[in-house]
Amino acid sequence: MPDRKGIYRKKRLDRGIKARADTIYLIASWREIFYLLLPRAFPVGFLLILPAVLHGYWQKVLVFACVYGLLALSWDLLASCGLFSLGQALFFGAGAYLAGGLNYYLHLPPLVTVPAATVGGGLLCAGLLAPVIRLRGVYFAMVTLMFPLLLMRGIETTGVLGGTHGLSALSPFPGETLTAYLAVLAFLACLFLFRRLINSDYGLVLMAIRDDDRAVMSGGINIYWRKTQALFLAGSVGAFAGALMTHHFQFLGMSAFALDYSILPVAAVALGGQGSFAGAALGSMILVPLSESLRALGGLRIALYCIILMVSIVALPEGLFHYLERKYHQFETRAEVE
Amino acid sequence: MSKASETILAVERVRKRFGGILAVFDVSFELKAGEFLGIIGPNGSGKTTLVNLITGFVKPDGGRVFFKGRDITSFMPYRIADMGIARTFQMVRLFYNLPAYKNIIIPLCSSRVRRLGAGRYGEKDDMAVDLLDDMGFERDSYVPYKTAGSLPHGYLKRLDLARAMALRPEVLILDELFSGMSLSEVASTLPLIEKFHEEGLSIIMIEHRLKELFRVVDRVLVLNFGRKIADGSPQEVMENEEVRKAYLGIEVEIL
Repeated sequence: MPDRKGIYRKKRLDRGIKARADTIYLIASWREIFYLLLPRAFPVGFLLILPAVLHGYWQKVLVFACVYGLLALSWDLLASCGLFSLGQALFFGAGAYLAGGLNYYLHLPPLVTVPAATVGGGLLCAGLLAPVIRLRGVYFAMVTLMFPLLLMRGIETTGVLGGTHGLSALSPFPGETLTAYLAVLAFLACLFLFRRLINSDYGLVLMAIRDDDRAVMSGGINIYWRKTQALFLAGSVGAFAGALMTHHFQFLGMSAFALDYSILPVAAVALGGQGSFAGAALGSMILVPLSESLRALGGLRIALYCIILMVSIVALPEGLFHYLERKYHQFETRAEVE
Repeated sequence: MSKASETILAVERVRKRFGGILAVFDVSFELKAGEFLGIIGPNGSGKTTLVNLITGFVKPDGGRVFFKGRDITSFMPYRIADMGIARTFQMVRLFYNLPAYKNIIIPLCSSRVRRLGAGRYGEKDDMAVDLLDDMGFERDSYVPYKTAGSLPHGYLKRLDLARAMALRPEVLILDELFSGMSLSEVASTLPLIEKFHEEGLSIIMIEHRLKELFRVVDRVLVLNFGRKIADGSPQEVMENEEVRKAYLGIEVEIL
């Protein structure tokens, strides 16, 4: 018999506990409680501390990351009901122009303009996209891609709402740290609410529409109305992000409809993983600071950024979050081969 | 006029053409409240298209469909389902990555079920499991909680039936419910449908298993090449010369 001592193989074991059985929470010991709580509490706590410790430039990056995070969450919600959007810039721009316009022309304070832009932007986006809600897949994506371009060129040529110069000297939020906290809290609240929503019966119907809309229709459910509701929710979140940025910059221009706001959220979801919202959040929290820290490289920044993105998509098609989640629930030990 | 003889569903000269093929041509029939109607016909005779025309999944080129005297021809499928016409699919359309009982939650979220005073927040899971229990998915077994994709075909068909019944319909349309089911599965499902019929549900049943069909239905409608060739009691239909020709003698075995 050959000597096989010292040869090891990897042994993998999935944790047997079903952490959450719909309504019953299995809490057996402190160890289990920490096991469940830690991956949730740690990122939340970390994000809540960040605005207090960061200053200046990196605090702005944090606000940016949260804004892109909100757009990514809004993208993920639409994707959950089968609407693949390439037009998050529409949501962002609608909120930005509503808040900016209300502030510039009517001199309303941010306390009024931000909520108004959130609701109004949601309604506007749902209203604009409701007529094309019957389109599926790439056709819907094309229309959403066109809308921000259309509005951008419309503002450029007609000169309404400040035209190419934009609207400046808008009211700021009181304090940079407060803005950062507002962004972080909104981001966390949105993440929490969307995760609750998608696990409810309402979310079940939304995901069923993505999987087989005819089966849902035969269940007596008006899928177009449900999709419009999802558009309103996603639009509101995107519009809030836009309104926040407008008051943060104290300036509003056509760049609110820039392609960046459409593409980066999709990239964030591609990196983080679709369907759980946590993936979208994680993706944007990695991508935005990464892209900022590569700024020192100058022109090479975008090239390197693209390579990182491509490698992650090829190597981890399920998304970083789903990979980490799977690994977290697995024990890996080295067992001696007998 | 007694309630039993009231017309609940009327189809008037509907027609549908797919390219050069006349899938359904000038088919008319009436369904009385509480009636059990069977629709038979060889493959490609337009049975499923007729169901799609009634339930709004396909828009007819001509003709009308009336439900309780109301013209529902141009309605969307969800509106027709909302009014109380539920259907099953020949190729079951389910959500395979969801637990079986979660499939039933979706119709329970509809406004029809809410209107009928059921499906309030927090009761839907129990209602779904109850409904599946009636369909032979025993609540104390693991079956209702397994993902639909891991269940055998016969269970999927019954799950589709449960999904249709969750809407509390007034008309139930079964599109080849028994296809792909084993004899024992058919034997256990047929009494369920007979029970629904006895409780006053109007049923249209499309079926290739003529023996089982002829045992339970009140009336049979025969389609061939998109046209109605016979309409009457099972006995009359079996004696019809044209039907015998269309089926090339299969009826002889049944008799």
